Order: sequence, then structure tokens, then C-alpha cells
Amino acid sequence: LPGFPRKIGVATSETGAVFHDIVTILKRRYPVDILFVPTIVQGENAASSIVRSIELLNRTEVDLIIIGRGGGSIEDLWAFNEEAVARAIYNSEKPIISAVGHETDYTIADFVADKRAPTPSAAAEIAVPERKELLAKINRLIDRLIQNQRRSIAESISYLDDITQRQTVSINRILEAKKEQFSACTGKLDAVSPLGTLSRGYSITLKLPESKLVRSIGDVAKTDKVQIIVNDGKIMCDVKDKEVFKWK
Amino acid sequence: MSFEDRLTELEKIVEKLENGHMSLDESLGLFETGIRLVKECEQNLKNAQQRIEKLVEENNEIKSEKFEMQDLT
Repeated sequence: LPGFPRKIGVATSETGAVFHDIVTILKRRYPVDILFVPTIVQGENAASSIVRSIELLNRTEVDLIIIGRGGGSIEDLWAFNEEAVARAIYNSEKPIISAVGHETDYTIADFVADKRAPTPSAAAEIAVPERKELLAKINRLIDRLIQNQRRSIAESISYLDDITQRQTVSINRILEAKKEQFSACTGKLDAVSPLGTLSRGYSITLKLPESKLVRSIGDVAKTDKVQIIVNDGKIMCDVKDKEVFKWK
Repeated sequence: MSFEDRLTELEKIVEKLENGHMSLDESLGLFETGIRLVKECEQNLKNAQQRIEKLVEENNEIKSEKFEMQDLT
């Protein structure tokens, strides 16, 4: 049976409460179009009328057919035991709910149909879903959808936070490592720098005016001006005298 | 570039930074790109959030209409 039929064909008697019952229940439950085919469901002409209605409804756009009649004696329901009716139901391309008679009476039509309903009202209930239930179901789905979306966004936000945090930590670590590398280098530089030597008490002598480093007694002459650089300043000197001296 | 693309890019950058074998300039360049990606991702998420809230609001309006319709029938 279709879950959400748009159009339902109803084959039942023009007189009697059956059609009215079906329509009332269909309307209460679900918005659906109803195509009514007046059908003789009792007496001599019943079988051919039922067959005709089934064939006719098969040529329409209904999604589902209900054939029904109200209760009656087993003789009254006889048409629904006839072979022609059984074959018409069997051959029907549209699904058929048979709603014949009372709860206790079974006809052959009931067994051939896609579904047997105990009463015409029950057939209408089987034919369509309940609108309110559907709405409630949809609302539950929407709520779940929303919750899902919110949760997934929240997860993304916290993941982004984490990764940003990781990024900050790493860049700081890199920076620290580079600083360390740098200070290790400056340490070495310090060690080889003449400034280190000066702080240990040595001094540097430059011959003026060209500020040439004095390495040898031969670099200066009497009356030259020299500059002596010490740890914390410069001393301007005149050369008064010089003397060759061997340390070793 | 989608949010996921940006996030994947960001992950790669962070992993590179975490491994740390690169020049200062290179790491700074990566960090800068990373921060830009973070901002864009945040904007993506903010937009998505706003859109959800808007849709929720619209849906609530539809819901209340539906219930009125039901009352009539």
C-alpha cells in the first residue's frame, strides 16, 4: 500500500453509510482526494458491477482502491466470493483494500486483496496516515535536525579553538627556539670578541691618526701619538720612548 | 574554498609548525596564513550558526501557522 496516497478510489454502494463513514475518516486523518464510483454490492448484478468499478478505477490516477460494503448476512456478501470479482482484484494494478462486512466474515475478496480491513471505517484508517502523527513526527525530525546542526557547529568551534591554540603554542615554541639559537650565537661571538679580552684587563693600542693596530714595536716611532683602548674608555698618549723586548 | 578545505589547510600548517624545522621567515609566513584561515573559519562558522538560527526561527513561524490551520479543520 502507498504510504501517502494522493487520490483514493472508493467503490461502494451509493446508498447506506459506508461511503459517508469512509469519507469522514479520510478527511479527519489526512488531506486526500476521493474518487467515488457508485457500485452495486449486493444482489445479482453485484459481481459484474464490482468488476466494472475495479477496472474503471484502474484507468484513473488513484493510488489506492477501497472496495467495501456494510455488514450483512453471508448471503448478502456473496458477490465478494465470486471468481470474477476475485480475478478482478487479483488483476488490479492499483492496490486494493477490501472492507467487506463484519469483523468475523471473511470473503474470497478479502484474501485476494492487498489488505483486508474489518470494516469500511478501518479501511479508511489503513489507507491514510494520521495527519497529527505525521506533523508530530516531522517536528521531532526537525528538532533532531536542529540539534544535530547545533552540535556539529559547536564541535567545529571547539576544534577550531584547539587547532588555533596548537598553532599559537608552536609558533611561540619556534620563536623561543630561534631566540635560543640566537643567544647561543651571541654567546660565541662574545667569547671571540675583543671586548671580552678588554674586560679581562688587556688593552688595545692604536697608532694615530690612522688608528692602526699596534702589534709590534716597529709599528710606532718616538713622538707618535697612540690611543690605548681599555675596557671602559680610551687613553690618548704620546710615545716618549721605545725599547725592543723579547718575552721568550 | 569551503570551510573543510580551510580547516584541512590549517591542519597542515599547524602540523608543519609543530614539526618546527624551518626558517623563522617561513614559520612566520605559515603562521600568518594560519591566522587568516582561523579568521575565515570563524566567519564560516558564525555565518552557519546565524543561518541555522534564522531557519529555526522561520520554521517556528511555519509551525505556528500549521497549528492554526489544524484548529480550523
